[in-house]
Amino acid sequence: MACNGDMECLDLSFQAIDARASTGIALLGTRLTELGVPTHRAGDIKIALAEAINNVVEHAYADIPPAAIRVKCCLCRDQLEVQILDTGNPMPGLQVPDGVPASVETTRQNLPEGGFGWFLIRQLTSEIRYERQEGRNLLFLRFDLTDMS
Amino acid sequence: MALSSTTTGETQVITVHCDRIDAAMAIQFKEDMRAQSDAGASRVILDLSTVEFIDSSGLGAIVASMKQLGDGCRLDLAGLHPVVEKVFRLTRMDTVFKLFTSLDDALTAGMD
Repeated sequence: MACNGDMECLDLSFQAIDARASTGIALLGTRLTELGVPTHRAGDIKIALAEAINNVVEHAYADIPPAAIRVKCCLCRDQLEVQILDTGNPMPGLQVPDGVPASVETTRQNLPEGGFGWFLIRQLTSEIRYERQEGRNLLFLRFDLTDMS
Repeated sequence: MALSSTTTGETQVITVHCDRIDAAMAIQFKEDMRAQSDAGASRVILDLSTVEFIDSSGLGAIVASMKQLGDGCRLDLAGLHPVVEKVFRLTRMDTVFKLFTSLDDALTAGMD
């Protein structure tokens, strides 16, 4: 990424299975705070990254042996850029899903129990890009840290 | 997933002893909630004060737990950390559940 000033980065990899992703996400949260991400945005970023990583575990590696997920984060002034890389299956249609969740204005038994992942990611990020390169998925997320939300 | 429970009258308090409810433990959470369910309760308060993080799978597991309770019993949530509350707010699940700052607030609110 282009950066006029100091850039702090971290690079973390873990196997794409639930238990490893869970500890990986917890570790990412700690490392992002150490990197200098302000505490009032750390929660939002952790929610979005958890959803993006869970999607890789649940969808990209759904019917193939789980390999690694690599997460690279760079903090430059008031922006955090994150790349999530995996070698799983591509996203359907090579596109990021719209992420429109089911309505919660319904009866108890019809309440949605899922389908919120991409909705949350879209709510909490400033930019999303997805590329498929040489058998790899590259998801790029940018967070403007000056935003109050 | 560790849960403990106490019932006073028709109110059951289920306390989560875990720092997160996420994709790795959502299914276990749902099963443990089922195991804790007390047929005599008309109100269950889920004390989340130790839970520092939840993802959409964890949220889904709490919704599923409410469905398991059946229509005669409501599920209220207490002690939500800011990040946990945010997930409920963004998904509008804060309009489905009653959220209380603390277990004491939830218990007080039940007395009127």
